[in-house]
Amino acid sequence: MTDTTITGQDSGATADSEVQSPGTIRVLVAKLGLDGHDRGAKIVARILRDAGMEVIYTGLYKSPNEVVNAAIQEDVDVIGVSLLSGSHVPLFRELGRCQRQLKAEHIFVVAGGVIPEQDYAALLDSGVDAIVPQEARADLIVTTIRNLIAARGRI
Amino acid sequence: MTTFAPSRPVKRTTYIPSMELVPGVIAGSVPGIARMITRAEAGYPEASAALAEIYKHTGKAHIVGITGVPGAGKSTLVSSLIRALASDGYKVGVIAVDPSSPFSGGAILGDRVRMSDAAESCRAFVRSMATRGHLGGLARSTLQAVDILDAAGYSPIIIETVGVGQDEVEVVTAAHTIVVLSAPGLGDDIQAIKAGILEIADIHAVSKSDKPEAPATVSALKGMMALGTYRTGSNWSPPVLPVSSVSGERIGELKDAIGRHWVHLRESGELATRQRSICRTRILGTARHLFQQKFDEKAGGLEKYIQAVVNRDIDPLVAAHMLLGWDHEGRIT
Repeated sequence: MTDTTITGQDSGATADSEVQSPGTIRVLVAKLGLDGHDRGAKIVARILRDAGMEVIYTGLYKSPNEVVNAAIQEDVDVIGVSLLSGSHVPLFRELGRCQRQLKAEHIFVVAGGVIPEQDYAALLDSGVDAIVPQEARADLIVTTIRNLIAARGRI
Repeated sequence: MTTFAPSRPVKRTTYIPSMELVPGVIAGSVPGIARMITRAEAGYPEASAALAEIYKHTGKAHIVGITGVPGAGKSTLVSSLIRALASDGYKVGVIAVDPSSPFSGGAILGDRVRMSDAAESCRAFVRSMATRGHLGGLARSTLQAVDILDAAGYSPIIIETVGVGQDEVEVVTAAHTIVVLSAPGLGDDIQAIKAGILEIADIHAVSKSDKPEAPATVSALKGMMALGTYRTGSNWSPPVLPVSSVSGERIGELKDAIGRHWVHLRESGELATRQRSICRTRILGTARHLFQQKFDEKAGGLEKYIQAVVNRDIDPLVAAHMLLGWDHEGRIT
């Protein structure tokens, strides 16, 4: 069991810092590429729902471009991507590129699924804001998201 | 487990004042529209002036409500309609409402799963919205989101309600054209003559028409229509259309019927009546909500009344009067 999230940010700000209430947190849970297994993504969606967040699920087989466009229309705070297929490095690189191209870099990206430790640096480089390891407990996913947003404030 | 050193500063976004978003919304900027909807939903006081400005640019769009039981196929049908309407050149907007949890306040908004391909390929704007405790099939700010899309030039704007039962008919006071989607095999003709949801349809659609039970559902609805239960004072006769999103069967007919109803509303003068009724409901609904909000803020004195009612010292009606600061006969003091 781990209770650490890998983040690309200085997570000095805590959830109860001075920032204004960010309101209801909206999360787009996305499946990228040809990864056809979404049991985990649905469980995460349910965990976030029970933590009071609004979760939009994209469905399977989405391209990074589709996911970013959906995230813009839904004005979500976070894109949560579950990847089990092993193609996380190129897919997150492309997701980051689409975010820059569509001016959606303000949206946080949290990665989960099966991601080997040696790839963490590459993902953080691509613009991923936090990686939740697959053995993490449910509440770690929730606090990771809350902390990212508390540090940002409302938009 | 390795902990990575911070590699970049915390993301901070500057808060753009809502008024500054307005020109972008009216010009059709997708991020601007999306952010404005977020603020309307959150009810930021700062956004009211911007929403008032946006409202001046509304009134052009055809608002279509789609309602029906959970699992009837509303989202799938909306996805087919997006494609059909977009191929005719329409700029389609969709607000898809799903319920919030009464316990956590969270929600799973699953309508986009069926619509994302159509939304992407047809450049439609699709927004998922949670009810956030509002009953009746819509969210409190659904119509503000419709205003924003209307001002941005989207038409038609489709409102997909939450999956409803028999009585959640709020959409009738929100849209110009109501499509009630019935699924085959869910009940007999007694269900069809009951009051409520079926009465509000301007168009009846029966989903999954590829299923063998579909013709029976179509006949039950047609039988009901033959008894003349449509709104009085209108010469529109609601069609009953079996549709199949799987085969694409008769989606075009449904699209045409929606267009015909819009023409009918304008030519018959019924549109003015509906517009008035929509505005009336919106003013009253908003006033009630604001009143409720103010009331909830001061309902802190509730606890002592609860104990008094539990003890049978006073009854709930008197307790309510006291909570409101009224006298024992309900006169405002």
